[in-house]
Amino acid sequence: MPSDRPSRNDPWYVRYTLIALTLGTVGLLILLPLVNLFVQAFAEGATAYWNSLFHNADTRHSIFLTLMVAPVSVALNTVFGVAAAWAIARFRFPGRAILTTLIDLPFSVSPVVVGLLFVVLLGSKTPLGGWLLEHDYRVIFAPPGIVLVTMFVTFPFVARELIPIFEAVGSEEEIAARSLGATGWQMFWRITVPNIKWGLLYGIILCNARAMGEFGAVAVVSGKIGGRTDTMPLQVQKLWEGQSNADTASAFALASVLTLLSLATLFIKVGIERKFRDERTKIE
Amino acid sequence: MSTVNRRVLPGFGLSLGYTMFYLSLLVLIPLAACFWKAAELSWADFWEAVATPRAIAAYRLTFTASITAAAVNVVLGLIVAWTLVRYEFPGKRLVDALVDIPFALPTAVAGMIYANVYMPNGWLGQFLVPLGIEAAFSRTGIVVVLIFTGFPFVVRTVQPVLEDLDAETEEAAGVLGANRWQTFRRVILPSLIPPTLTGFTLAFARAVGEYGSVVFISPNTPGTEIAPMLILALHLESAQRESAASEAAAIAVVLLVASFTLLILINLLERWSQRHAQ
Repeated sequence: MPSDRPSRNDPWYVRYTLIALTLGTVGLLILLPLVNLFVQAFAEGATAYWNSLFHNADTRHSIFLTLMVAPVSVALNTVFGVAAAWAIARFRFPGRAILTTLIDLPFSVSPVVVGLLFVVLLGSKTPLGGWLLEHDYRVIFAPPGIVLVTMFVTFPFVARELIPIFEAVGSEEEIAARSLGATGWQMFWRITVPNIKWGLLYGIILCNARAMGEFGAVAVVSGKIGGRTDTMPLQVQKLWEGQSNADTASAFALASVLTLLSLATLFIKVGIERKFRDERTKIE
Repeated sequence: MSTVNRRVLPGFGLSLGYTMFYLSLLVLIPLAACFWKAAELSWADFWEAVATPRAIAAYRLTFTASITAAAVNVVLGLIVAWTLVRYEFPGKRLVDALVDIPFALPTAVAGMIYANVYMPNGWLGQFLVPLGIEAAFSRTGIVVVLIFTGFPFVVRTVQPVLEDLDAETEEAAGVLGANRWQTFRRVILPSLIPPTLTGFTLAFARAVGEYGSVVFISPNTPGTEIAPMLILALHLESAQRESAASEAAAIAVVLLVASFTLLILINLLERWSQRHAQ
């Protein structure tokens, strides 16, 4: 504790200055814009807020599309994340370090570039995209393309959360289960999954937040067709650029829904972190 | 351990095989396709595409705005991390949780609110615009919104190092007669340099690729285009002008090479930080 260690204590004026600067920074940079958003969104009352969200068919569809795209991408990335973490944390093989870096790669690619990658691969003028179109399968300017780019940008989340947890938990219990005769899947469902459940949930939540909020990559592949390929963030932009006051009000309302989602994500995240700490202290 | 584990634990082939399959399909093949597309251009055409005055202006703006924002993030991040680790004050846990908001908030929402707050009639704009500070629809605005999106990086890389700092070394310095500032400069600061550099590079790398928030606050006039905006503009032009598609791919390759270099740098910095911590 700081008070017990006088030589670690800073003079009071340093302390107060730094606390004031911290509160000022977080207040101006983060809190004020958030408060501004909610004040604007609810400026005309709750009924107007509701109408802004659900009276416009395009806005309704954007909510629906986001609620379809995010779970599909998150589910596929979760299966991948568990498999990748299992391979990387439990076994040693040549190229393991490279594989770990490759998994992180999508985080460093600009969202616009992600969109372009898939247009270059699957656009209507490319061999593969042309072939798919001949078979009546539209990827670019359609929901499948949106799912693909969303999967790309959220690719590392689950694997990245799970690898250190797998390593921390260790494989003793799994080895014991095997030597007692459990099949591979029995061991997986009864030992592995319970051991990693909080980390898994954490990864899924972060993955989902990013999936629902992705903008740049979706903007490139979706073609921004109102009522068909606009996700919530894209619809926010369209409404914001719209001229009427009603559009602006809808932009704030829709943005506030996305913000509530990210606030809920953070809330759950803090809860899981606390749970994590409790369980660890219990083990120790 | 490796061979023992493979004999005892199941699923090595399945999990590694699926990982490689999924990684190739979703990440490696699309990346290869982009390089392939850019390779349709001859070297001369490639250079011409990536070095047009418009492209160079975009790289320059991307680079300067990102580096400025990351530098500001270092200053703010060190102050906030220090305060959160060392001091007690009301609302500390709330502040700690709020630091992560820029990671969780969709970038489009961030861009929109920032534009709204700094507009001439916005909450901050009404005071700043009369002073000549126009942060909405300007280059300043691009930097401001990049400060927001990169804010958590330095805080979150420095915070754990500060928490693990050995109290005894610091006390010894104090007992041996160093004043507080000397202790900070000679004892504390050296161990903060690796995580700060890591945080700076992470914030910079994030800013270089950022699009969603910037597009809302950029004036969208010639000369205020960041590199990702240029790629999108060329991509849209390609409907009328076939060669624009290859040019977009060429500039995307430049951006990809830049971000891969940064990724390697970040890996090296993280390894250095870990060694430094031990």
